[in-house]
Amino acid sequence: MVVLNMVEAINLALKQEMKRDKTVLILGEDVGVDGGVFRVTDGLLKLYPKRVFDTPLAESGIVGTSLGLAASGWKPVAEMQFEGFILPAFDQIVNHVARIRNRSRGAFTAPLVIRCPIGGGIKALEHHSDSPEAYFAHTPGLKVIMPSTPYDAKGLLIAAIRDPDPVIFFEPKRIYRAIKQEVPEKEYTIPIGKARIVQEGTELTIISYGAMVRECEQAIEKIKDHVSVELIDLRTLRPLDKEAILTSVKKTGRVIIVHEAQKTLGLAAEISAIINEEALLSLKAPIERITGLDIIVPLPKLEDYYVIDEKRIIAAIEKVVNF
Amino acid sequence: MIRKLKTFTVQRLEVLNEHGKEDRRLMPKLSQKQIKELYKWMYITRVFDAKALKLQRTGRLGTYASMLGQEAAIIGSAYALRKQDWLFPSFRISGAMLLRGIDMAKLYSYWGGDERGSKPEKGVNVFPLCITVGEQPLHATGYAWGLKMQKKNAVVLTDFGDGATSEGDFHEALNFAGVFKAPVIFLCQNNQYAISIPVKKQTASETLAQKAIAYGIKGIQVDGNDIFAMLKATQDAIRDAGKGKPTLIEAYTYRMSDHTTSDDAKKYRSEKEVKSWMKKDPMLRLRRYMERKNIWNAKEEEKLQKEVEAMVDKAVKQYESMTPAPKEDIFKYIYAGGAQ
Ligand SMILES: Cc1ncc(C[n+]2csc(CCOP(=O)(O)OP(=O)(O)O)c2C)c(N)n1
Repeated sequence: MVVLNMVEAINLALKQEMKRDKTVLILGEDVGVDGGVFRVTDGLLKLYPKRVFDTPLAESGIVGTSLGLAASGWKPVAEMQFEGFILPAFDQIVNHVARIRNRSRGAFTAPLVIRCPIGGGIKALEHHSDSPEAYFAHTPGLKVIMPSTPYDAKGLLIAAIRDPDPVIFFEPKRIYRAIKQEVPEKEYTIPIGKARIVQEGTELTIISYGAMVRECEQAIEKIKDHVSVELIDLRTLRPLDKEAILTSVKKTGRVIIVHEAQKTLGLAAEISAIINEEALLSLKAPIERITGLDIIVPLPKLEDYYVIDEKRIIAAIEKVVNF
Repeated sequence: MIRKLKTFTVQRLEVLNEHGKEDRRLMPKLSQKQIKELYKWMYITRVFDAKALKLQRTGRLGTYASMLGQEAAIIGSAYALRKQDWLFPSFRISGAMLLRGIDMAKLYSYWGGDERGSKPEKGVNVFPLCITVGEQPLHATGYAWGLKMQKKNAVVLTDFGDGATSEGDFHEALNFAGVFKAPVIFLCQNNQYAISIPVKKQTASETLAQKAIAYGIKGIQVDGNDIFAMLKATQDAIRDAGKGKPTLIEAYTYRMSDHTTSDDAKKYRSEKEVKSWMKKDPMLRLRRYMERKNIWNAKEEEKLQKEVEAMVDKAVKQYESMTPAPKEDIFKYIYAGGAQ
């Protein structure tokens, strides 16, 4: 075991996969000499000078060529510098990466990984605090992951690299260095599509993912003496772990879904619909959604009004439990 | 049969050399007062910049992109613009925004994370600056195209870095400008780096100016640390833009600072390289020229320094005593009627 933060855990996963599989490539803006603006790829160029590429500044180019590289037998792990800059590559991702298997009736696939920091709360410039995961989770052909701990980040990234399909791997940048955890030194995988029960409980289910898991844990800690909460960290946003969600809901009968992304058509809407379709009669209270506001994420001076804090989660818990 | 269809050349413009000596034939027409004004705006740019870095370090400003070393490219081009012209800025041209009339305290407030800072005063023809690399050249082209259809006698200047020339949007902008003969000027501040990536890893083109050739528009490389060359190139481009001929100006310069306050340039470039460019400091060059012409001395320099520092200090005070934006502001501008 080693104690690592999420940046270090991802770096270790990349290192080990590059060693194990000689077809794994790293490409992106500033990922080589600079080691990435968050230092996630630090040291990899030195270890594998022929498989780490500083690319021109062109996201559509990075993803489009990654598709070609993947189709020709390589395993690209491309980095998008920030979530705002994955959007120039949106066309390549949705129109081609997600569809090439279907288009070619399985003759060609694009088993690549796109890593991308995501989310707010770091007092950054415009386009550096957004949560665009739903655009991608909406798209058939893509798998979408967002870990909330260093341990999960390592195991899920290794699974993503070994997966036969394209994976968008979102890294909640707010907790890049905020959480340290014991992580096994050796390689391991965490299955894609499986949620994690962070803690068990009987009266209420909170479903969350990414940086919000920590906020939920803190809120739950404050009220643990009078409400028994089960906390689910989705880890994978597509495919969703329906079984974990429904099993818990059937047990507790109360649900709060927490995510930083805007409310309208966010993941919470989908999860809520699934519960309505498959566990409606288990519900003792309406499902509550704690999400970002339906606005453009404000710049730092007003960002705190957007960011979800413990207080909002506790208020929702009171509301649902006392319904 | 193979025959030569066309040959192309790429030109480079230089007017003022490192010793402060000008090429008389190419020197733009400038009064003494105007030359001093150019120097003053470069000075303002540099002091504004140094102050921003200081404020950031003490937690009083957000992430900031320094202009150090690029003052001639920034001021030389912006100074050529006429009142009716427009600027569609990148994140590394604050000095030009100030010259065009953006209020300094407000500009600090933008970099401090306050949206109100990107709303220009009425009559100030500056679009909000663009954080995504290489995307605003399309907006500038569209705006210029619009002005042309309205028969307005105005041009649009947009700036971006060398890295931006790799983005598809950059190429689309040049192509549209050529096709629709939009009165637009593309100012590429080639400061040699896109964060850690040097130009030679960005493109196999020997110059960035030559990228214009493919789109049938004019391209020229300019010594970007030469304020007179920058002014002349932009004046020429304004004249041509008015006739429906867009220009790509490659200002060949150097980013003497880190990429932004979140970057450490030592990781990817040598001290020696930075030092060699410091000798080419664009302000030093203009100062040498003025001293050679006997229109500048240490006393005037000192006076200017005091004046500009007072101006910047005042703006910082204003910025720091602004009443915070009301919370409701976050909902107000999502749609015409607010948030829905
Ligand atoms: C579309 C997009 N991709 C990535 C980024 C992150 N980023 C910010 S500045 C920068 C480098 C820009 O280099 P260049 O165009 O040369 O301009 P400079 O910063 O040197 O002025 C990068 C990669 C961004 N802002 N926008």
